[in-house]
Amino acid sequence: MYTQAMDTAPKEERKAVRTAEEAQLEARFEARIDDGAFIEAKDWMPEHYRKTLVRQISQHAHSEIVGMPPEGNWVTRAPTLKRKAILLAKIQDEGGHGLYLYAAAETLGVSRDQLLDALHTGRAKYSSIFNYPTLTWADIGVIGWLVDGAAIMNQVPLTRCSYAPYARAMVRICREESFHQRQGYDALMVMMRDGTDAQRALVQDAVNRWWWPSLMMFGPPDSESTHSAQSARWGIKRISNDDLRQKFVDATVEQAKVLGVTMPDPLLKWNDERQRHDFGPIDWDEFWRVVGGHGPCNKERLAARVKAWDDGAWVREAAMAHADKQARKQAVKEKAA
Amino acid sequence: MAATAESVRLKLTPPVQYVLRIADTCLIHAQRLSEWCGHGPVLEEDIALTNMALDLIGQARALLTHAGQLEGQGMDEDQLAFLRDERQFFNLTLVELPMRRSSAHAPGGDFADTTLRNFLLATWLKQLWQGLLSSSDAQLAAIAAKALKEVRYHQQHAGDWVVRLGDGTEESASRMAAALERAWPYTAEMFVADAVDGTAAEQGLGPARSALRSAWLDEVGAVLEEAGLKPPADTPFLSTGTKGVHSEHLGFILAEMQSLQRQHPGGQW
Amino acid sequence: MSDVKAEWPLWEVFVRPKAGLDHKHCGSLHAADAAMAVQMAREVYTRRQEGTSVWVVKSSDITASDPGDKDMYFDPMEDKVYRHPTFYELPEAVNHM
Repeated sequence: MYTQAMDTAPKEERKAVRTAEEAQLEARFEARIDDGAFIEAKDWMPEHYRKTLVRQISQHAHSEIVGMPPEGNWVTRAPTLKRKAILLAKIQDEGGHGLYLYAAAETLGVSRDQLLDALHTGRAKYSSIFNYPTLTWADIGVIGWLVDGAAIMNQVPLTRCSYAPYARAMVRICREESFHQRQGYDALMVMMRDGTDAQRALVQDAVNRWWWPSLMMFGPPDSESTHSAQSARWGIKRISNDDLRQKFVDATVEQAKVLGVTMPDPLLKWNDERQRHDFGPIDWDEFWRVVGGHGPCNKERLAARVKAWDDGAWVREAAMAHADKQARKQAVKEKAA
Repeated sequence: MAATAESVRLKLTPPVQYVLRIADTCLIHAQRLSEWCGHGPVLEEDIALTNMALDLIGQARALLTHAGQLEGQGMDEDQLAFLRDERQFFNLTLVELPMRRSSAHAPGGDFADTTLRNFLLATWLKQLWQGLLSSSDAQLAAIAAKALKEVRYHQQHAGDWVVRLGDGTEESASRMAAALERAWPYTAEMFVADAVDGTAAEQGLGPARSALRSAWLDEVGAVLEEAGLKPPADTPFLSTGTKGVHSEHLGFILAEMQSLQRQHPGGQW
Repeated sequence: MSDVKAEWPLWEVFVRPKAGLDHKHCGSLHAADAAMAVQMAREVYTRRQEGTSVWVVKSSDITASDPGDKDMYFDPMEDKVYRHPTFYELPEAVNHM
């Protein structure tokens, strides 16, 4: 899912001429990868590997951060104090996940501020799912169920990514993530099983709006994906878009039956031969439109993040100014002592 | 089925009102704090503010549950939070003031307002919780024991920020001074003596607010001084949220907070 | 436009999860000063377990051994670092709810 935009990134320019030494280092690097070894921050790595990881990890981080406001939209309107607390904890986790991921990216020689600048100026991408509006409380449950469900499916393989700081961040994230999906499904379950007709209608309506965008989270079809081969070799992307998407559909259809909702796809049905569910065609025009910046909320999402950042500038500057003052006072003290 | 949910009406005895004052203060403050989730000046502080909000919601839930038991009609924390009318909320008016967002007719606040209010409030709540450790009401004492640990951390965290911003840049100092001007008049309400407090103190339920003033002034004064900030002179202004008569802000806060429960009578969440 | 001067320094965080155990590196965060770094480490890295102790060190103050030495880099002994069980820990319950 976070590689969704990787496939649309401009092709990296590979250095045509390499020294013999570099070629040897790269060959040994590839051998280590083939061996299943982990690469750490200070290890030698090809520039292309580093750049690919910086882009993927930072876009993953941006997705977590941009994912906060759509859910934050409902915190002040959560229908019970328990749900309010659960939602706050979930959004907070997402902020935390963004933080772990920025930290992992920073081990590759970039700073968080540089990465944020790329996001705020539109140079970096984030998962397109967060460009959709959260229109009802049921959307919050559906996001937990479908969007976090899709995220989990994408994230588990990443715990085996060859780049260890990213893998470690993913282990930490996966540990926290299952709570996110469970709380969403639980919220929906209560509404479907014990709620009013109006509540049930809310849930079905939310499913109708979020189903197809969730499928799009896995990125374009394999036939249209570039860059995947190299990412696969480096253990950055271990399972194909289509395979993940199919896994997701199969798992989710069963969960939908238990909930008592239907997916908005008349072609969705079990195929005995394939032992999987067939499903209808995805509207890839919509996908490219949203990835390209023209989805329902793209501008608002980015504007909200830019505003938060800009409004916070005086705070960050003041904290540094104070720290500098304290450091100078301390230095004077030590000199005098 | 009614189109909207009916409000609950409480029988207000002094112990119930005393507990609700603390519960509602924590709840409304948490509600305001949660506006920062996803909009904080830096990711780490976003997480910290949310932790604070979560602690306060926990305290509010425990207190509301207890108030419901004391009140005797069998109401739970959600009925009290989502189906009470404005006149039966008893929070300090201070916590209604804008923190980040503006409303239809009032400008928004900023991070200076937020962190100053966190500090002033946490210092007050700390005094209160300390006094409640020896409450004649065992449940209240138990809630206090847990809350005290949390509020000590809130006070330290927020106090550190007050100092950083008061003694940071020229801009941060002037914003903090402006925030202090806005907030200070509302702190008088923290120390009002009234019949509810009088009864509570008599019954050993908890301290009267007026008893907290001098310790609060000492602690707050020390941090403000370190921050290079001067508290404004006291004025006759007195807010009345703890009597159920609020500022124009609470109506907006409750309309938003209670909207789903009101729209879905009998809903299950 | 971000002001490089104002960027908060990076700190590495080490948490002792339980009395008797070692501090373990768990990641990094940005903070303006040490007091903030310690507080933020608690907020960010100990929300789910009672960390009994937190250390923070400015990343720039850490001295690390250099794996870039070409001879050592390919020494088989180096691999033992990657055999550490914690690097292979699988998350629980992620494929089913």
